[in-house]
Amino acid sequence: MNFYRSHVLVCAGAGCVSSGCLNTMEALVDENAKLGLDREIKVIETGCIGTCDLGPVIVVYPEGVFYRNVTTDDAREIAREHLLKGRTIQRLLYRNPLTSQLVQTYGEMEFFNRQLRIALRNTGVINPEVIEEYIARDGYEALARVLTTMSPEEVVATVTASGLRGRGGAGFPTGKKWGFTFRAMSDQKYVVCNADEGDPGAFMDRSILEGDPHAIIEAMTIAGFAVGANQGYVYVRAEYPLAVKRLQLALDQARNYGFLGKNIFSTNFSFDILIRVGAGAFVCGEETALLASIEGKRGEPRPRPPYPAVKGLWGKPTLINNVETFANICPIILYGADWYGRIGTETSKGTKVFAVAGNINNTGLVEVPMGMTLRQVVYDVCGGIPNGKEFKAAQTGGPSGGCLTKAELDVAMDYETLIAAGSMMGSGGLIVMDEDACMVDMARFFLDFTQDESCGKCTPCRIGTKRMLEILDRMTKGEGREGDMEALYGLAENIRETSLCGLGQSAPNPVLSMIKHFRSEYEAHIREKRCPAGVCQALMSYNILANKCRGCGLCARVCPTAAIFGKPKEVYRIERKKCVKCNACLEKCPFGAVVRA
Amino acid sequence: MIEAPNKRSAQIDVFVGQPGGMLKALHALQSQSEANFLSPADIKLVASKFGVPVAKVWGTVTFYSLFATTPRGRHIIRVCENAPCHVVGASDILAALEQHLKIRAGGTTTDGLFTLEATSCLGVCGVAPAIMIDSTVYGNLTKEQLPALLAEYRQEAQA
Ligand SMILES: Cc1cc2nc3c(=O)[nH]c(=O)nc-3n(C[C@H](O)[C@H](O)[C@H](O)COP(=O)(O)O)c2cc1C
Ligand code: FES
Repeated sequence: MNFYRSHVLVCAGAGCVSSGCLNTMEALVDENAKLGLDREIKVIETGCIGTCDLGPVIVVYPEGVFYRNVTTDDAREIAREHLLKGRTIQRLLYRNPLTSQLVQTYGEMEFFNRQLRIALRNTGVINPEVIEEYIARDGYEALARVLTTMSPEEVVATVTASGLRGRGGAGFPTGKKWGFTFRAMSDQKYVVCNADEGDPGAFMDRSILEGDPHAIIEAMTIAGFAVGANQGYVYVRAEYPLAVKRLQLALDQARNYGFLGKNIFSTNFSFDILIRVGAGAFVCGEETALLASIEGKRGEPRPRPPYPAVKGLWGKPTLINNVETFANICPIILYGADWYGRIGTETSKGTKVFAVAGNINNTGLVEVPMGMTLRQVVYDVCGGIPNGKEFKAAQTGGPSGGCLTKAELDVAMDYETLIAAGSMMGSGGLIVMDEDACMVDMARFFLDFTQDESCGKCTPCRIGTKRMLEILDRMTKGEGREGDMEALYGLAENIRETSLCGLGQSAPNPVLSMIKHFRSEYEAHIREKRCPAGVCQALMSYNILANKCRGCGLCARVCPTAAIFGKPKEVYRIERKKCVKCNACLEKCPFGAVVRA
Repeated sequence: MIEAPNKRSAQIDVFVGQPGGMLKALHALQSQSEANFLSPADIKLVASKFGVPVAKVWGTVTFYSLFATTPRGRHIIRVCENAPCHVVGASDILAALEQHLKIRAGGTTTDGLFTLEATSCLGVCGVAPAIMIDSTVYGNLTKEQLPALLAEYRQEAQA
């Protein structure tokens, strides 16, 4: 085996691939070869390191130097300067957005050192396409221990004692679900991994599958042993081709090693896993709809009970868990339920991965102990709001959740506290909005999503959400009326109580939460036909300030509809009727005389 | 061009009899169709192979947003229009693409090269705003980058 003096990790998560990391890596490998470094330095392609916005990202070990936004030229420079001569390239280091200080190493970045990575323990650390790297980090040891030293009852008891709860949205105790499926009597049972991840703003499941696929395979196999199933399915959405590819590769490798298939570890336990690819329907993330889709049908939900644990895939008892839930299983087996139970809060054990997106300095994935406050996540871990703007709100729980405002920045992020604050954990998407976001527009956006994704099977969800959307649409166009908010409340209550599945039941949540926190913005839209954040185009008007206009005429020249009149050296005017609100004059004016309100 | 039906039929034989194989068959047919869609003939074929009514296959196909029942361009451009992309300017990206390609979302360019679709979250919100062309994701996009990006696909088509 070769001894390498340095390992260089190149993040190849979907985010970094989209910013061109594959070219960067190719350049690095090429330059290393030219310099004769290829026998001393090993370049490793990893899953998502978590800092999506900084991609392409490279970490050089053993020093742990973290380079960001690395172009192909930069990569060659890293080879020449850092890898050959040992000089850190200051220009490519990360700058802490709050202190403006350059950060020399990975370990000193707040983004990483505030995290506790359990579900993401290997993601961004190992090459997901090489099973040996997974094995080197205790991979398949939990499975070996389970198959050779534990009974199914003991496995279920361990998971129950850990306090782990489902990470797919509902937060149902995982051990309990395993117990139900274990006790269900049947000649055939199934284990299903829900990797449909349709919640806009959530991308942790994708990163885990892309970055550590064996962790899911191992955990599903343990689950199969615990509940008495010999067949597993992973349902992945079609938008994740890279995850499908890496998972397929991992399945083949695991079979070759005898970790999957017949008589695993020479025991009499057999288990195998198949991949099913979705076809673009958010509702398929709902468990009963997902099962229908695996069966090859329309992915429509059905009423529960019976729950899948009793009557699932092809009518047989089925355990269904989320990707992140499965990602916690092996560490629980290896380090014990007590260890896991000491992390997090009283009722929310362990860690949660948050996918942080929107108006935030460090977008990406962070895994923190349950109960960390919103402020710590937004400011300490993720570096606050960019461009000197103010934090306005954060949406958790995506289109099923609610928003948290400045007043709730110190709310602890765990299942119960978030619900008490009028939001929910959901799958862990955290969308940060700055002062420029309009809360009527945002509510309309979330509802537009659920309305679009409503499968149409039940009336309240199909028609009710449409009526709500129409009202919000009118508001953003300046056609809001008195009574609109009351109508929204009335519809919301009906939809919540009478919809068939969680999609409809939770669809009104963002609207209700945003009205509650930002009532005055809704009133401004309805009564004054004004959008305080300046987002709703139909409500905007452009004006030229007489005291700032120097009469240069540039605005009139760029106006595509000849809506601006005036004589040189005099104050220009905008004719409202002709203005199409294209913003061209505002962008052009050198004196800041054009204003939008 | 419509291929000979027996060739299409051979493409899905492996899925018949597989549990839940119908969706896989539909995926396979669509991805191997020149115009990126499922024709009425395809749907009839699947119905007869799987022994289910044609209406049932139609119902399934139209339920899922990734299946198309009308011909589409060679490349599918999918613009994410969900909240995380929206707050950082996804609507500008869509508008710029519409303007550049001279089509609306849902439309196909006259040369048959591109179909433009608005879509739900692509799961790369960390690099929003994002689009996907076929199975390649492009993130942290600005409207200025778009012409060069599309030019690559045009060049490739000419080569
Ligand atoms: C409309 C809707 C969409 C859902 N989407 C997902 C999803 O994308 N991923 C997921 O794991 N769970 C999703 N769920 C939750 C699942 O129904 C189910 O509770 C979960 O997969 C159970 O796994 P867990 O206990 O490990 O969380 C969704 C639920 C609803 C109502
Ligand atoms: S919201 Fe656009 S990729 Fe997730």
